[in-house]
Amino acid sequence: MFNSINQLVERAVKEDISISEVMIQQEMENTGQSYLDVYNLMKINLETMENAVKEGIEGVNSTTGLTGMDAVKMAKYIESGRGLSGELNLLAIQNAISTNEVNAAMGKICATPTAGSAGVVPGVLFAMVQKDPSITEEQKVRFLFTSGAFGFVVANNASISGAAGGCQAEVGSASAMAAAALVELAGGTPEMSAHGFSIAMKNMLGLVCDPVAGLVEVPCVKRNAAGASNALTAADMALAGIESRIPADEVIEAMYKVGLTMPSALRETGRGGLAATPTGERLKEELFGVK
Amino acid sequence: MKFKSVFDIIGPVMVGPSSSHTAGAARIGLLARNLFGGQAEKVDIYLYGSFRDTYQGHATDVALLGGLLGYDTDDDRIIRAKEEAKLNNMEYSIIEMNEERSHPNTAVLHLFKGEEELVIEGVSIGGGKIELVSINGYNINLSGNYHALLVFHKDEFGTIARVTTKLGDEELNISQMSVSRKEKGQVALMTVELDDTISKEALEEIRAVKGVDRVIEMTGG
Repeated sequence: MFNSINQLVERAVKEDISISEVMIQQEMENTGQSYLDVYNLMKINLETMENAVKEGIEGVNSTTGLTGMDAVKMAKYIESGRGLSGELNLLAIQNAISTNEVNAAMGKICATPTAGSAGVVPGVLFAMVQKDPSITEEQKVRFLFTSGAFGFVVANNASISGAAGGCQAEVGSASAMAAAALVELAGGTPEMSAHGFSIAMKNMLGLVCDPVAGLVEVPCVKRNAAGASNALTAADMALAGIESRIPADEVIEAMYKVGLTMPSALRETGRGGLAATPTGERLKEELFGVK
Repeated sequence: MKFKSVFDIIGPVMVGPSSSHTAGAARIGLLARNLFGGQAEKVDIYLYGSFRDTYQGHATDVALLGGLLGYDTDDDRIIRAKEEAKLNNMEYSIIEMNEERSHPNTAVLHLFKGEEELVIEGVSIGGGKIELVSINGYNINLSGNYHALLVFHKDEFGTIARVTTKLGDEELNISQMSVSRKEKGQVALMTVELDDTISKEALEEIRAVKGVDRVIEMTGG
């Protein structure tokens, strides 16, 4: 099994296969399942993601009322043609918000790598599909395997839990995974995917997990939008040939160490950052009757 | 390596809002149910760290109850678990603990049914993945993804060999194994992870092995 980005990229280059293929083969080797079994399992995840994106764009509200209906606003804004950034970026924002609004409303989503960061990977994937409907089902499924391959290394060498490593471990990881997969989908090399991954993660280092009232709502939904945009930015840089000075595995190690030094108030306890602002405290009191 | 499958990273399909605090919690509850061999009449739920601080917002308590009722992470009934617990005559109490455990997302579940009791400690390590770190006070380390046997046995020479010989006779390969005890010469716990499922007959034979007290089968999922 590969245990570093270096090993992952090396295997892809040596065997002249894509990152997604390395991941699929490893999964088959480990579980004894066929290509079709593994492919179909991922297809279920893909369908869940697509449904969540659609559901949120139609409009959902969380039980607390803290989040909801912003994906609808975004969709109308895109339609108006007044958007400042390009359509791909706007669509990614819309899809990321949509997925996380559904999550906050206790709807069905696919954790990628976590529920709190579930909007980033599908956010950019379905933006690409909305722009270019000729993208095949296999390309979409492979997008998820590539994301998963990079996330696999992060999870085993650092963390994908906000309680352990802050939001950098969740939205940061998701954004980096998405950037790597975007590069492969756009025809970049495995090395370029690793650079996209590194750039995206570097730009998210230090991000704290400070959910208001402990809910996966504020600021999680909007952070997913930021994670999606950051993935596109990083992927574009990598595809332009820009390289990360710090290798991917060292970026992961840095993320892990930053997480270790983060105080627990900023690791999903709802006791620091935005959660500890006067408004954050007031919202918590209104919702649960306790400070 | 804690994460062995791509589906630990992309997945699970789940009811929101948190993979660690909702889906992971449901899996801890479900694992406890499976280890207990069915539904408890009463369960005390002890929450630590981040679980204690944010369980209301993440529906961690609801998800733990959902798992204890037999619901998996993607089961819509999780949302109504508190009502379902009442309908299914499962009493519960949620206890917030001030002490800290080694992992911030820790839950201890104490299940009761008649004379039977089981205490398990589970941690949610991210992305919906969980680990079982103790059972009835014995330290273990199990992911819940693999087939495993938890064999409580007399802490004396030869017992482990007799059990593993029996597994060998059944052509069952052991992927991981650990032994834990509280006191020398008393009851010990042998945790055996297997590559394949064990047949009902073979399980009964293990139960009959000299020195073996109780065997709990854990089915992977």
